[in-house]
Amino acid sequence: MERSNNKAWIYLLPALLFLVAFMVYPLVDVFIYSFEEGYNSASQTYNGIGLYNYKYVLRDPYFLQAVKNTFILVAVTVPISTALALVISVALNSIEKLRNMFQTIYFLPYVTNTLAVGLVFMILFKQTPYTDGFINMILSLFGIAPIDFIGGPYWAKMLVLSIYTIWVVLPFKILILTSALASVNKDYYNAAKVDGTSRWRTFTRITVPMISPTLFYLIITGFIGAFKAYSDAVALFGTDLNAAEMNTIVGYVYDMLYGNSGGYPSFASSAAIILFAIVLTITCINLIISKKNVHY
Amino acid sequence: MENYKRTLTKNRVIKGTTYIFLGIWAVMVLFPFYWMVLTSIKSYSSYNSEYIPTLFTLSPTFENYKEVFTSVPLADYLFNTLVFTVLTTALMLFVTVFAAFAFARMDFKGKDTAFTLFLALMMIPSELVVITNFVTITNLDLRNSFPGLILPSVASVFYIYLLKENFAQVPDELYYAAKVDGCSDFKYLFKVLLPICRPTVVTITILKVIECWNSYVWPRLITDEQAYFLVSNGIQEIRENGLGRENIPAMMAAVVVISVPLIVLFLIFRKKIMEGVSRGGTKG
Repeated sequence: MERSNNKAWIYLLPALLFLVAFMVYPLVDVFIYSFEEGYNSASQTYNGIGLYNYKYVLRDPYFLQAVKNTFILVAVTVPISTALALVISVALNSIEKLRNMFQTIYFLPYVTNTLAVGLVFMILFKQTPYTDGFINMILSLFGIAPIDFIGGPYWAKMLVLSIYTIWVVLPFKILILTSALASVNKDYYNAAKVDGTSRWRTFTRITVPMISPTLFYLIITGFIGAFKAYSDAVALFGTDLNAAEMNTIVGYVYDMLYGNSGGYPSFASSAAIILFAIVLTITCINLIISKKNVHY
Repeated sequence: MENYKRTLTKNRVIKGTTYIFLGIWAVMVLFPFYWMVLTSIKSYSSYNSEYIPTLFTLSPTFENYKEVFTSVPLADYLFNTLVFTVLTTALMLFVTVFAAFAFARMDFKGKDTAFTLFLALMMIPSELVVITNFVTITNLDLRNSFPGLILPSVASVFYIYLLKENFAQVPDELYYAAKVDGCSDFKYLFKVLLPICRPTVVTITILKVIECWNSYVWPRLITDEQAYFLVSNGIQEIRENGLGRENIPAMMAAVVVISVPLIVLFLIFRKKIMEGVSRGGTKG
């Protein structure tokens, strides 16, 4: 290759401009904001440097509610969605007829607008004076009294949010797991068959170890994704998530930035940095665990 | 023999259960889609008179579709989203192709350092940079404008990386042959490299289109005038302020209209999309 210094930088220039302006500079700036006390976005002045923003955020009941919601959501949806995706993928891999059709159907939620389909989930679960809604109709068949899942008790709202989140994240996980399962060498299964190994033993001793790198990849990205939950909650409960007690950490960041309670980029920055400290910690823990358990 | 027969029945039972299980999950996935189409063709009065919702309708109506295009600016939302998607994707391709070419084919001082820094940028979560971008765009007076919507959404390190990897796989001999024939770098890029790497270009284009069509957070922060709403914000606006809170059938018609373009795109490019997502998608 010939050396073409100037020309190469000209080719790179557009990308560099965009990345520096909208990624590098903001990344530095967010830390600066988070330490500027009493920042006023109108006059762009502040009266000191310190940890006040972090202290404020950590004492804000709305933030604590958002942290609680986010942790429950993560704890519920990551294990369930990963396990469910694994079961579905194993089932998909064991059939030949209709496999393509099922794969296509299962992938559909990935390409749909989260906000739009969330509205359908809301309608299905919501109880109004005119109707108990479809889900309550099903529940009544089992003799369960109607529950307002959208405007009712906390656990009911959390349940709907978890169900919707799982519905939204499954396509990606199923897709990744089916291709991982398909690439496992068939010789292992044949050997197991010759030895008369039971299905369960084959699954736990061959399948899971063989795809463990993919599984851990999905668990790690699953944790990261679930910690950033936001638009699913908006889709179900509307933009005023604080009133619905359903805010998430990311939602809190955006509320601080803009909207009725907005105009506080410093508080938003502190909350965002706290979130990423949490995500980073969890990811590191995941990586340590995976080092011990993943077979490459 | 008896034993063999027993295994055979056992296998059949397992196979049957597998299909039933997969079928049930398929219904769970498809049901919301069915429900939105069904509700959208029920008339307002018949929907509201159903205390127990019915699973089908005998008198379908297209009133709701007329309603969403006349009483709320759904057509404007769709048009905005289309403009936003096309411009963002076009700019992204322009930026990505040149950057990927520089990294894959050119040799320059600081290339390795620059590429390492590039890769490091992939780890930056968008939630961290959105705060300053919001302030920047506001200070530039670009709120409620297409440049404000588009500019921060253009650059994607991951797509540059994907395309660079693909460019690098093309044998050097082709490049030298083109050089001998007096082909400029520019011409080589557009006449040789891009046609060869077309599958990757198509993949990143589709992924970006999906991303743009569904984007919600940034447009919500940066637009508060309805004239600049994209579909995600549009549907939220329709839900909270337009149409009357209880006009669910009309809302569902809007949801159908918003969802159809991507579902059609998906059914056409099914293989490409699924392949692209498994290589580079992240959601969930």
